[in-house]
Amino acid sequence: MISEKNTVKRIGNQLLFTGPTLLAFIAVIIVPFIYGIYMTFFKWDGISSSMPYVGFNNYEAVFNDTKFWTSVWLTIKYVAASVFLINTVAFLLAYLVTMGIRGQNFFRTAFFSPNLIGGLVLGFIWQFMFNNFFTSIGEKFGWELFSKTWLGNETMAFWALVLVTVWQYAGYMMVIFIAGLMSVPKDILEAATIDGTSGWKQLIHMVLPLMVPSFIVTIFLSLQRGFMVYDVNYALTGGGPFGSTVMASMHVYDKAFQRFDYGVGQAEAFVLFFIVATVTIVQVYLTKRMEVEA
Amino acid sequence: MQMANALKKGSIYVVLLLALLFFLVPFLILLFNAFKTNAEIIASPFSLPVSISFKNFGLAMDQMKYWSAFSNSAMITFISLTVILICSAMTAHYFVRNKTRMNTMWFLMMVASMIIPFQSIMIPLVSIYGAELGWIQSQPKLTLMFMYVGFGSSLAVFVYHGFIKSIPLELEEAAQIDGCNSIQTFFKIVLPILMPTAVTIGILHVLWIWNDYLLPVLILQNAGSDNYTLPLAIQVFRGSYSSDYERYLPAVVMVVLPIMVVYLFAQRFIIQGVTQGSVK
Repeated sequence: MISEKNTVKRIGNQLLFTGPTLLAFIAVIIVPFIYGIYMTFFKWDGISSSMPYVGFNNYEAVFNDTKFWTSVWLTIKYVAASVFLINTVAFLLAYLVTMGIRGQNFFRTAFFSPNLIGGLVLGFIWQFMFNNFFTSIGEKFGWELFSKTWLGNETMAFWALVLVTVWQYAGYMMVIFIAGLMSVPKDILEAATIDGTSGWKQLIHMVLPLMVPSFIVTIFLSLQRGFMVYDVNYALTGGGPFGSTVMASMHVYDKAFQRFDYGVGQAEAFVLFFIVATVTIVQVYLTKRMEVEA
Repeated sequence: MQMANALKKGSIYVVLLLALLFFLVPFLILLFNAFKTNAEIIASPFSLPVSISFKNFGLAMDQMKYWSAFSNSAMITFISLTVILICSAMTAHYFVRNKTRMNTMWFLMMVASMIIPFQSIMIPLVSIYGAELGWIQSQPKLTLMFMYVGFGSSLAVFVYHGFIKSIPLELEEAAQIDGCNSIQTFFKIVLPILMPTAVTIGILHVLWIWNDYLLPVLILQNAGSDNYTLPLAIQVFRGSYSSDYERYLPAVVMVVLPIMVVYLFAQRFIIQGVTQGSVK
């Protein structure tokens, strides 16, 4: 009798403590994930009640969808450029604002501020910058670079996206680097200074290797966000000019919700997921091997 | 030597000030131009406004139904966050204290799920809750909050889990000897200790939910503008904005303002919270 009561109580507790969270987790992530795999084998327009089974046709369509692969390739170029620039700028800023100069907290606060605003609104702000502010500067000073809006030119629109992304995330990655720089032991740097090692050599040979754990995090975050970029893409260029800046997420969104090709759209979403998962796992594995101990 | 030091310091400031320019100019330009008329903006986007008038702010706010959108954003963020913070803490606590095989499996599944990007499950999500169940049509805001709880729980459980492991079990045992049941123990002993962790998770989630665009647009778009959150409401100006900056820019300012005001007062917490949340 007692043990039976205990079992009931235990199950009750399990349900009370983990039930709500797990229910939401299963309903919102697990079920759609599995249903998503199922969907890739069917043709569906999102409305009609008939959903014919098409086998691997959707995946075949993915491989033949040149627009999808163009968007993936563009995303890869965008990720490469923005990951490199974000991390370089962020590390430089973090290094400068941890040197103990006056006002460094103010600088940190300012550099971080773009992260408080969503990608959509950031995109709108920068759209105004590119379409009005920069063109006015170009006119006033006769600068060729700004004479026409960047957003009207295919190459420059791409770099506009990279620039805004760097602006958006550099401050975020900077605070992660600051945390890392704070934990670099001061005594080994002092020892190096006494031995006559220059600041520059200390940075390259001592600080950077000790910062690998921070780089693992920042590269991971910037890779993942870069691959899935949507808000900034939508708000800043809207995929234009002439569809030249449609990134992978936007392509998937349009495929499903504009062209009502849910099956192919979902298959492409999964292909994208595999690319991102592979790249990030390889990155974490490779960078982990570079970790050293002080 | 002193010369060299001064030179070095000087160049650091030059680099930092240039960076500052890059980071703050967009905000300043936005702010200046929000007070101008269309003609003034087009004539010169870097001149200072001639007069400070809030007339266009009022008009812009009416057009985008600002207060309705603001309260929707606030309500959705607040309710989802509260549910996430309490339920995830209970779940993480239960996982740490009852290491059955099933609980470990659930925990690992939640951690692994964090690598799944939203975009790779948004299509089935909309299909299930829209076409199949009809929740998106009948209860859009409630569905949205439920989804935030689902998407936000994994990170919350993960961060709590790491912290709860360091709470000595003796504390809870003492409470149980004093006659607390497991619910009382959790709410009276464990939850207060978890407060700093809750703040970290809360900051990350507020920034995410408040600014989120893709999920709300999928769930609320067809629900009518009375249900819109701020990022959706500002879309009213999209399409017409190229000619109508005098409404559009004040609207952008009004969307940015609330979170900037909070940042001004809580910047230290926010930066700390974001650092702790992402390094874990």
